Amino acid sequence: MANVAWPKEGDRKIIGSRIPRQDGAVKVTGAAKYSYDVNRPDMLWGKLVTSPKAHAELVAVDTSIASALPGVKAVWVDEELLGEELRYVGQVVACVAAESEEVAIEAAEKVKLQLKVLEHQVVDNDPSLSTGRPSNREEGNLDEGFAGADVVVEGQYGIPVITHCCLEPHGQVTEMKDGELHVWPSTQNVSRYSNQFGDEIEIPQNKIHVDTQYMGGGFGSKFNIDKWGIIGAKLSIETGRPVKIMLDRREELMIAGNRPSGFAKIKVGLQQDGLISAVDAEVWGSGGQGAFRAPPIPYVFTKVPNTRLVGKGIRTHRGSVRAWRAPNHPQGCLLTMSAVDDAAAALGMDSLEFFMRNAALTDRPEVYREELQIAANIIGYRQKAHARGDSGPGPVKRGLGVAIHTWGGRGHPSECDVTINSDGSVEAKIGSQDLGTGTRTCIAMVVAETLGLPYEAITVHLGRNSYPASGASGGSTTIGGISVSARRAATDALNDLLRTVAGRLGTTDEKLEASGGHVHRIDQAGGGVSWKEACSMLGPNSITKRGINNPGESQQEGLISAGVGGVQIADVSVDVETGVVTMNEMVAVQDCGLIINMKLAESQVYGSLIMGITYALYEESIYDKKTGIMLNPDMEFYRLAGIKDVGQLKVHMMTGKGFDERGIIGLGEPPVIAPGAAISNAVANACGVRVPNLPLTPERVIAALQKGGDIA
Amino acid sequence: MSTNHNSSDESGVSRRGFLKGIGVGTATGVLSDSSLHEAKAAEPGVKGPGETAIILRINGENKQLNVEPRVTLLDALRNRLDLTGPKKVCDRGTCGACTVLLDGDPIYACSVLAIEVQGRDITTVEGLGSPDQMNAVQKAFVERDAQQCGFCTPGFVTACSAFVRDNPNASVDDVCNGLGGNLCRCGTYAGMVLAASDAAKEKGGA
Repeated sequence: MANVAWPKEGDRKIIGSRIPRQDGAVKVTGAAKYSYDVNRPDMLWGKLVTSPKAHAELVAVDTSIASALPGVKAVWVDEELLGEELRYVGQVVACVAAESEEVAIEAAEKVKLQLKVLEHQVVDNDPSLSTGRPSNREEGNLDEGFAGADVVVEGQYGIPVITHCCLEPHGQVTEMKDGELHVWPSTQNVSRYSNQFGDEIEIPQNKIHVDTQYMGGGFGSKFNIDKWGIIGAKLSIETGRPVKIMLDRREELMIAGNRPSGFAKIKVGLQQDGLISAVDAEVWGSGGQGAFRAPPIPYVFTKVPNTRLVGKGIRTHRGSVRAWRAPNHPQGCLLTMSAVDDAAAALGMDSLEFFMRNAALTDRPEVYREELQIAANIIGYRQKAHARGDSGPGPVKRGLGVAIHTWGGRGHPSECDVTINSDGSVEAKIGSQDLGTGTRTCIAMVVAETLGLPYEAITVHLGRNSYPASGASGGSTTIGGISVSARRAATDALNDLLRTVAGRLGTTDEKLEASGGHVHRIDQAGGGVSWKEACSMLGPNSITKRGINNPGESQQEGLISAGVGGVQIADVSVDVETGVVTMNEMVAVQDCGLIINMKLAESQVYGSLIMGITYALYEESIYDKKTGIMLNPDMEFYRLAGIKDVGQLKVHMMTGKGFDERGIIGLGEPPVIAPGAAISNAVANACGVRVPNLPLTPERVIAALQKGGDIA
Repeated sequence: MSTNHNSSDESGVSRRGFLKGIGVGTATGVLSDSSLHEAKAAEPGVKGPGETAIILRINGENKQLNVEPRVTLLDALRNRLDLTGPKKVCDRGTCGACTVLLDGDPIYACSVLAIEVQGRDITTVEGLGSPDQMNAVQKAFVERDAQQCGFCTPGFVTACSAFVRDNPNASVDDVCNGLGGNLCRCGTYAGMVLAASDAAKEKGGA
C-alpha cells in the first residue's frame, strides 16, 4: 500500500533531483506552439483601437473609412463608452477584424474617434495629489518608541510604476466551430478563464474550450480574460471565422500590466544595540485607475513594537494595476530596507550585523540568521565589507548591500486525474498551466516518484479547461497545489493496482509496493512482477483516480505549508563620475520547503535575481505630465537587463533537515522581492549616499551625489 | 511605428514607404524547383502597394508566397508560412526574439522586408534542429535550463548557434558580448552563459 506522505530523504528517487524540463526540447527548437503562434484556417487579424488621450469624453466613433477598406470583415465598437469618459491612453474603444495583420493595423488607424478632451492627471509621486481618506494602522506607542531610541533617522524613498513586459503579449485566438467556442489565450488561469465571459456571450460554459499549451510570461498580469478576450469571441461569432488579437508592444507596456508605485517618508528609531524600536511611515503611490494599497512597512520586521503606517492612494489617468510577482512586497521591502539600513549607517553599525540582530524582530529569526551567515560566506562579506562610503582611490566605488524578504506560498486548490493503463502507460491530466516554471515537469516527477517509475514514463496533459480544475498560477501557489493533487491521484491509482495484483501474486495489497519499475512485496525489492506485467492484469479496464488538494487539509497532513524567508546580498560598483552602477555579484539564499526539482527551483531564483536587477537599475514606466502619454512604451527606452548587465549570480537553496519536512512551499515570487533593496543598499554603501528612488539610473546617482553626503 | 530600416537598393523599397499601402489576402505554397528562386520576383524597381509574388529560400526549401512589399520577413514567416519559431516581441529590432540567419548571419527578421531577402539563404530555429535531433546549442540550452517561458529562446538559440560556430573557444565575456543583441524577461541568462560555453567547447552550432 502506498501512502500519500512525501518520501523521506534517502527514499526519494526523483523528487529533489536535477531533471531538465520536460518541454525543453520543443521550446529550443521552435516546435512549441504558444498562443501567439496559433494560426487557424481562414483566420482574421484583430487590431484594437485605443484612446490617444489620457482623459476625454468619447463623443462618437466613425468606422466608415475603416469598414470600407478591402479586406476588413468587421469593426466592433464599444457602444457603452459613447458619451462616457476615457480614462487613460490605450483604453480599448473598438477593434477591427481583417484578412491580414497589415490591413487590420491600417484600418484601425482609420477608425476616427471624436473626443472632447478633459483634464488629466498622471503624476504619482506627489502625496498632495492623493484623494480619499488615507489608511492608517498603528501599533504600540510611537512617542515612547522614538523617545527610547538612541538614533532617529528620517528619509524619503521610492519605487516607480513598472510594467510586466511579458515577451508574449496578452491576447488570444478565438474560433467558433459547431456552435462551440474555442479559445487559445495567453493566460495563467486556464481553469477559471471561460467563466469570465459572463453574460457577454451566449455560449454555455461546457461549450467553451480553453487551450494554453505554452505561454510567454505572465508574472501576475494574465489572470483575466480582458476586454480583448471578449471582443475576440464576439468577432468570431459575428464573422464565423477565427480571430487572432494580440496586443502590440506599445499596448502591452501601457495597458496590460502596471506594478503600483510606492513612495514613502520613513522615520526609524534604533536602540544603541541596533534593535529597531519604532518605525513611522507615510506612504503614497498609484495603481493607475486601480486601487492603491499601502505596502507593508516595516516589512519582515513585524515585531517592531511601535509602528505607524499611513497610506495615500493617488488616482492617475494611467493603465490599471495588475498583480506583479509578490504584490506590494518589492515596494515594502525597498522602502523598509533602505530606511533601516540608513539608520544602521547613522548608528555606525555594519549592515550584516544589523540584520543579524534584527532577525529577532522577524517571524523566523533562526532561519534568517542561518541564511545571512550562508549568504555572507558565499559572497565573502567580511573580507569586502566597509563602512558606508568606499574610501578607496579612484572614481569607481564598491559596496555591499543586504536585504531580506518573506512570502506565503501555500498550495492552491487543485484537482488532477492520474490514469494507469493496462499497457503500463501512465497519464496525468490537470487544468493547470506551465508559465515556464516547470509545472509539467514537476507533475511528471511526482507521479513517477509515487509509482516507482522513470520520469520519462509519465505523460502530462495540462493547459485545457476540460481537465480537472486547478488554481490560477499566482501567489506562488501552483507547485504546492499541483504536487499534492498529482500525488494523491497517483497514490490512489497505485493502491487500486496493488489490490488487483495482490490476488494474482497470492498476497495482500498491504504487503505490496511499487519501486524500480516493479510491483513487489515490500520486503522483496527487485522481485515481484514488472510494472508492465502488473498493469496487464488490469485487462481492458484502466484505473483513473482523481486527487484533490484541499489546502487546509494538506497543510495539516504536512504535505504543504507556507511562509518562506530569503536573504540577498549584492556587490556593486558605482562610478561616481558617470553615475553608472555595475553589478559585480549577487547572492540569494532561499528556503521553500521540500523541493521537487532542484534545477528548476534554482532557475526560479536566478530568474528572480535578474528580474530584480532589472527593476533596480533600469525599469520605469515614464509618463509625460503635460500630454499624459507614456514616453517609453517600447523595449529601447523601457529597458530590460541584458546578459552582460547582471554580473555573477550565486544561488543557495536551503534544504534538508528543518526544511524538507515542512512540505512543499511556492518559490516563484519570494526571491524577486529583495533585489531592489539589496542593490540600493549596496549603492549607498559604495558611494556613501542614498540614491532614494529606483531605478538607480546614472542621473539619479549623480543627483544624489551632488546633494552631498547626507543620508536621503 | 518607426523603422530602423534603410532603403534597399535591390528592392527599391523601404518599410516606411509602404506603411500607407493597402491590399488584401495572401497565398502561400511550397515549390520544389530550386531554380525558381531566381525567378522574376527579384527584378529591380518599385513594387507594390499590392501583393508581389516572391520566393524565399527557407531552411533549404524554396517557398513561394504573395506578400505586399510592406510585409516584414518576420510576418511573412509567421503569418504566411506558419514558421512560428521566430517570435514577434518588440517588432523594432531591440529584443532579438525574431532572430533568424541570413546567409548564416543572425539578423532581426522584424527589421527586413520579405521582398528584400529573395535569393538569400534564410535559416529559422526550425532549421537548426528538431526535438529529436537538436543541435549542440539546443541540447546545451535544455541541459543547462537556459529557458523558462521560452518565448525568447528561439531567438537566443539562433543567435547562439551562429556565435559558437564562429567562436569555438569563446570565454564568458565573449558569450556575453556575442549574445548582447537578445533580451529575456524571465531571467535565464545564468543558464545561457553556461549553455553557450558548453556548446562553444563542443564547436557545435548551426
